[in-house]
Amino acid sequence: METSDITNKTDQSGGSADEDKRASLPRLSRRAFLGTGAVAGTGVALTAPLLRNTSSEARAVILASHNGPHDAHSADAHRMGTVGTIGEDRQPVRPMHFLGAFNETEFPELLPSDFHLESKLPNGARLHEYLFIASDKEIEIAPGLYFPAWTYNGQVPGPTLRATRGDRIRIWFINEGSHPHTIHFHGWHPFEQDGSMLHQFVYPSTGEAMEYPFGPGADPTPWLAMDPIERRRRGLDIYEFEADPVGLHLYHCHSLPLKRHIHKGLYGTFIVDPPGGRPKIDPHTNQPLPPDHPLHELVMVMNGFDTNFDGDNEVYAINSVAFHYQVNPIPVRIGDLVRVYLVNITEFDPVNSFHLHAGFFRVYRTGTNLRSDEYSDMAMFCQGERAILEMRFREGWPGKYMFHAHQSEFAELGWMALFDAQEGEVMA
Amino acid sequence: MNESGQQPRASRRVPVLVLALLPLVLLGLLVAVFVTSDPTAVLKASFPPIEELAFQRVTLEPGLITLKVSNDGPDSLTIAQVMVDDAYWNFTIEPDATIDRLGNATVKIPYAWVKDETHVVKFITSTGVTFEHEIAVAVESPRPTAALFGLFALLGIYVGVLPVALGMMWLPALRRTRRKFIEVLLFLTIGLLVFLGFDALEEALEIVEGFPRVYQGMGLLVIGGIGSFALLTALNNELAARQGDAADSSATLSYMIASGIGLHNLAEGLAIGAAYALGEITLGSMLVLGFMLHNITEGLAVVAPLAKSGAALRRLVCLGAIAGGPTIIGAWIGGFTYSPLWSLLFLAIGAGAIFQVAWQILAQMARQHEPRSPLFDFANLGGLMAGFLIMYTTGLLVAV
Repeated sequence: METSDITNKTDQSGGSADEDKRASLPRLSRRAFLGTGAVAGTGVALTAPLLRNTSSEARAVILASHNGPHDAHSADAHRMGTVGTIGEDRQPVRPMHFLGAFNETEFPELLPSDFHLESKLPNGARLHEYLFIASDKEIEIAPGLYFPAWTYNGQVPGPTLRATRGDRIRIWFINEGSHPHTIHFHGWHPFEQDGSMLHQFVYPSTGEAMEYPFGPGADPTPWLAMDPIERRRRGLDIYEFEADPVGLHLYHCHSLPLKRHIHKGLYGTFIVDPPGGRPKIDPHTNQPLPPDHPLHELVMVMNGFDTNFDGDNEVYAINSVAFHYQVNPIPVRIGDLVRVYLVNITEFDPVNSFHLHAGFFRVYRTGTNLRSDEYSDMAMFCQGERAILEMRFREGWPGKYMFHAHQSEFAELGWMALFDAQEGEVMA
Repeated sequence: MNESGQQPRASRRVPVLVLALLPLVLLGLLVAVFVTSDPTAVLKASFPPIEELAFQRVTLEPGLITLKVSNDGPDSLTIAQVMVDDAYWNFTIEPDATIDRLGNATVKIPYAWVKDETHVVKFITSTGVTFEHEIAVAVESPRPTAALFGLFALLGIYVGVLPVALGMMWLPALRRTRRKFIEVLLFLTIGLLVFLGFDALEEALEIVEGFPRVYQGMGLLVIGGIGSFALLTALNNELAARQGDAADSSATLSYMIASGIGLHNLAEGLAIGAAYALGEITLGSMLVLGFMLHNITEGLAVVAPLAKSGAALRRLVCLGAIAGGPTIIGAWIGGFTYSPLWSLLFLAIGAGAIFQVAWQILAQMARQHEPRSPLFDFANLGGLMAGFLIMYTTGLLVAV
């Protein structure tokens, strides 16, 4: 009795939910009747998500599996991915903007003073000052799915820092979160600036702390004169060091327990350019490109979220939002040098990877070398490992180029994306 | 003494009804105060919401997985995304992704599931909590077609009706055995029944474990089990009082046994049908044979009280239908609309009935036994143990 009820509902839901589904469900039997040809299974699984964003003609293509016991499969049954769209109120970052945001914070309105200030030191060196405020924030990592994150400046990943080798870096760090945090940088620095030892933990701000001015442009002397333990107890610390070596680095919280402080969202990218910038080299020929060759730089942080805290990620992504760049492909111009700053900060899984479809790229491991002999469509990264990937999409071949972790599990849990390679001017 | 003099005067002035209602009125006031001031808001603010979700029924159609879920937690929850085999997947949910406490929703996932293989469906709520359901062996869910109706009926006949009927065919042999041997046989029947009763209890407890907590599976087990025991006892007393100490009490007893076994077989049919429908077992011929052997003993149990008096064929057919027939009905219900709630209730009622019947046989034997010699001697012990062992060994054949 109940079953007949259920089968009735099956028929109705095709009509009630949305138009696409109404169109596709009855096709099951029609296709079986017509007995049209079949498409190989793997191809179906990988290309079907594309159909979500394409025309109705594309939707009308019936993808069928010939090896199953069922004679008909609709495209619907192969539509992998999340359902719905994320809102703006609790975004971890503005994903499209974040790709090219260097020395910028996503939510400057949350900060009491400027995020980034660049000035000249008496000795002629450049000084980059940053304001970092750690805070707790619920972020939307997939449509309707909220994660209680710990953030730098309200964003996950944290702001991308960029300096030239030899520049002075000064980070004003205030902890407005609920647990002790630090900023631990990869790169050369005195061990006192390491942000990793127990006595270097910065405790949640007590409020009484801010008796001296702080933030970019302020005088750090009174703060530095204070006992460091007392300074950190009050919720503030200052990290200062020289940007070195050239390469693609990262920063993250090093409080304990480490796993939780990292996977909750306290990490970001730190780029050190060589003086004069990185040379432009054609990834295909490994020969120099002219200095004025168009360059398109993108920051991608491979991360994951363990939403139920069982030591296993429920969501994988680049830049925090599952499937975001799949639903909103990243526009790139054919012929441009596309440079991806790729950092792996995925917790719990030892390895993550990057695989580009229908093309090859040059891999600069840790970005410390300016030339590379690694030419591949696949690169593998341990936790904390990173590389600069350079690619150029070929003339005459516009289209959507998929890229994703080659761990299929990660890909299907959100780490899947598309480049939309276009001729001429790029339309976002 | 003064006080004792005052009390009756006080209660005389206030009617009994008012006295009886006073606590309820005060409780109502308290509830009103509680609801308006809501002191638990303080508690709620400091704790994250507790989310619970129970999977009620899964239906597989070509290219489509349909799941009925219910929220049996204290708060409402919102299903944010759905994963199948660790991949986020397209889905629709009705009536709403937010499910209130004790509310239901139907989730449809268009998915090219693979026949005979395992799939895991995982729901992730807005707070990141996950709920998982494993489809152990994916097979297309049966639709209520005439052919399938027939198939389940046949299944019921094979595992329920035929074995019971065959077991009842021992009656002529029983009629010609000695009185003592019948007593031993009755103890064997008690052994069979007690074993069956515990078997049903175990299955019921298993269901209780996976049952939505809010529905209090243990409570249903108590209501069904002890309720049926008490009901049958009362019924038996009423019948006995009406008939006097008629010779036909053995017929009454065999009807009681048949009813108890019938209820048990209803639950058994339910379980078989449901397991078949949910793809948890494939009914091989070995399993059907096992059920036949297992259930043939039930036929023996039904006719054992009739060894002395015998019975007309019509009565025997009637008894057989009561004991074996429900297997068919159970298979139908289980196959088409399996629900753990009904399984639990039938198992509980069956267990209560079976224990009651075993008790009834013992009581009747005690009444008819010669007062001098002990009722429970080694021969009868042998009968009891033989009953246990028969059930145990035939049970090995149907263990799934």
